[in-house]
Amino acid sequence: MLLSIRSLTKTFPGTLALDGVDFDLRAGEVHALLGENGAGKSTLIKCLTGAYRRDGGTVALEGAQIDPRSTVEAQDLGIGTVYQEVNLLPNLTVAQNLMFGREPRRFGLIDARATRSEARAMLRQYGLDLDVDRDLGSYSVAIQQIIAIARAVALSGKVLILDEPTASLDAAEVQMVFDVVRGLRDRGLGIVFVSHFLDQVFDLTDRVTVLRNGRRITTLDTADLDRVQLIEHMLGRALEDAVGDAAADGAGSVRPELLSFQGFGRRGVIEPFDLSVGQGEVVGLAGLLGSGRTETAELMFGVRPAQTGKAHDANGQLDLSNPRAAIAQGFGFAPEDRKTDGIVPDLSIRENIILGLQAQRGWARPIPRAEQNRLADDYIRRLDIRTSGREKPIGELSGGNQQKAVLARWLAMNPRFLILDEPTRGIDVGAHAEILRLIRELTDAGMSVLVISSEIDELVAVADRVIVVRDRRHVAELKGTRLGGDEIMRAIADSGEVA
Amino acid sequence: MTLLKRIAPQLIALVALIALVSIVFPGFLSVQFIDGRLVGPVIDVVKRGAPVALLAVGMTLVIATRGIDLSVGTIMAICGAVAAAALAGGWGMAPALAAGMLTGAAAGLWNGVLVTVIGIQPFVATLILMTMGRGIAQLITEGRILTFTDPGFAWFGSGTLLGLPVPAWLWLLTGAGVALLMRRTALGLLIESIGINRRASALAGVNATVLLIAVYMASGLCAALAGIVVTADIRGADANNAGLWLELDAILAVVIGGNSLLGGRFSIIASLIGAMIIQTIDTGILLAGFPSEYNLVIKAGLVLVILVLQSPRIAAEWRLWRDSHRVDREARLEGKAR
Repeated sequence: MLLSIRSLTKTFPGTLALDGVDFDLRAGEVHALLGENGAGKSTLIKCLTGAYRRDGGTVALEGAQIDPRSTVEAQDLGIGTVYQEVNLLPNLTVAQNLMFGREPRRFGLIDARATRSEARAMLRQYGLDLDVDRDLGSYSVAIQQIIAIARAVALSGKVLILDEPTASLDAAEVQMVFDVVRGLRDRGLGIVFVSHFLDQVFDLTDRVTVLRNGRRITTLDTADLDRVQLIEHMLGRALEDAVGDAAADGAGSVRPELLSFQGFGRRGVIEPFDLSVGQGEVVGLAGLLGSGRTETAELMFGVRPAQTGKAHDANGQLDLSNPRAAIAQGFGFAPEDRKTDGIVPDLSIRENIILGLQAQRGWARPIPRAEQNRLADDYIRRLDIRTSGREKPIGELSGGNQQKAVLARWLAMNPRFLILDEPTRGIDVGAHAEILRLIRELTDAGMSVLVISSEIDELVAVADRVIVVRDRRHVAELKGTRLGGDEIMRAIADSGEVA
Repeated sequence: MTLLKRIAPQLIALVALIALVSIVFPGFLSVQFIDGRLVGPVIDVVKRGAPVALLAVGMTLVIATRGIDLSVGTIMAICGAVAAAALAGGWGMAPALAAGMLTGAAAGLWNGVLVTVIGIQPFVATLILMTMGRGIAQLITEGRILTFTDPGFAWFGSGTLLGLPVPAWLWLLTGAGVALLMRRTALGLLIESIGINRRASALAGVNATVLLIAVYMASGLCAALAGIVVTADIRGADANNAGLWLELDAILAVVIGGNSLLGGRFSIIASLIGAMIIQTIDTGILLAGFPSEYNLVIKAGLVLVILVLQSPRIAAEWRLWRDSHRVDREARLEGKAR
């Protein structure tokens, strides 16, 4: 066994990120590490690369115990890492990047000629013949990724960790990188492959380890695995489970149409889709991370404007070319990443709640302070935002309370169509149920809601209809009796034709 | 009151500085009323501090959006040159003033478009006008000091209104007007919000592009007014020296005012006190009669002391030290009581 991890444990304040995880890596295999967000993949990798120190458990490389304290130490031990974002210097040449930090020297100075020839020799092993004097940034991301791999292998040479290396590559480029990875496997390296793309996992890997909530769920040979089974492991929900049909009420009854999107799409982001939303309807959007869920929402809200297609309501075509235009049409969007896209940290809870409404009214018509206080207190009470007061900076609240405050910002504007991207992520169980109840209340009052969620049970519980997204396409629409956890998972897993 | 709490450090620094200057120059605070005008070193500070104070008003807004405007000194020179050229061309006072102000607005628009539409970093975008602008001003004045005699225009630099110099009125009214505009409308909140998190603000529907352009235009207008004051004061446009390095004093005033260069919460009043602190240092050094070669060193030293005393880390250390002493003392008292 090349790398052997036993009962690895890592805690962060308030969470157990890794809970006694075992993981084995053989020499000459590609081993996929899978799991949804928060499963513990990146924590495991960071413990291996020395970015984090583990709290418990053992890690043995070729039988010897190791405890790297930095990425450099991990590299020297033989563990190299390549990340999704190329982690090199685009404004240096290919040769400088490959040899950075270990340039051949002559009389104490860098020997440029030897640097170039060594770099060229390194690349030849990967079947690449590049101009090593050109800036790295002038090559495609795929080539840069291969150069990053070459550098990592040269520095370490035993274990190679690929952390979503293909996330920004197209299909042909993916194959190019995979050929390189297969070559390294045949040379006897152990390769850990992290990806959200299941097709790639089946294509490339020999074994699969699934993590969920910080625990290892299973390790299996890829050849013995089918897709449905794999997704069951990842999402932690057996297909045989009985599914309550919570969405029965209203299913089947016809709702007046509020909005319709036709051929809405953007190249390289999401394939054109048709979608209609009924008055007071909850539409769910299911799919794995990176499948195009968030992208669908971003197109609808004008964060990234659609290149093709149109959106209509009863009165005609809608301008959704930017968020302000979408807001003017009565749209709202509570984004997934509330830290960067949602909260304005130094402003108070009150200011964060009224921000959207104020922007809509324009700067010249300030909301009177008494009205602001009333709105803020009202939502703090209704959504049960835990805070010592409305004037506290929102950055000091816990994640779940921040999420509620962002939600309050949109509710204060009373949109007719509200998009909620992962509204319950990072929220405790009690608040979780509250938010689902709130969505129901809103739709009973006539608001239409689009809910994006990784939690299938949540979608089944709250949505009238679920759209399944896979590989940047809307592949299935489930409603009525066909709306259940099994069906959603099958649609996510299906590799071929439209379900 | 929250405003008082916000500006307390700046006020304390100003008072301490005035006390210090009064020690080396005892007559610093004496003010006389002569020929319907207040006269004295303090009045001189309030008048001479006008350009930096005016610039600081616009600079505070720009910095609140997480930007910076390096071009304001140059805009002063351009606007002064435009106004002087208009007077020399026989345009009369009001059109000359309007031409100067419009030029400032146009310069601000240029900066704002570079920053928002083209997406150049504010530092670089305004550096372009900073370096290029003095050339433009020199082209307008044809390389010489363009003088004029219009007494109406000169009033803006050297006139008196209700006992106070006109430049002092200009910065006091501009500062108060802009501060009120920011806090009585929603502009202040929206500017702070794009300065703290532009992306989240835009997603919430804040029109960040228009606001940013408006803020750079406000800075340009403030600079134009400062340029008019300086030009009117010397009755001539000096393209080489008008407003030279004043952008740095303006930034310093904003920083002494306790506004973060990382954007967000801002106080115009605190920046104005900052501007007065700088001018008090400048005037105080002159009055104290130090050889002129010491001026910049003493100024730098005083600014450093003020900024160090204001830094949050020092404040935290001080609180820690104070609390530990209090604990010690209480422990001692308890010991005695026992």
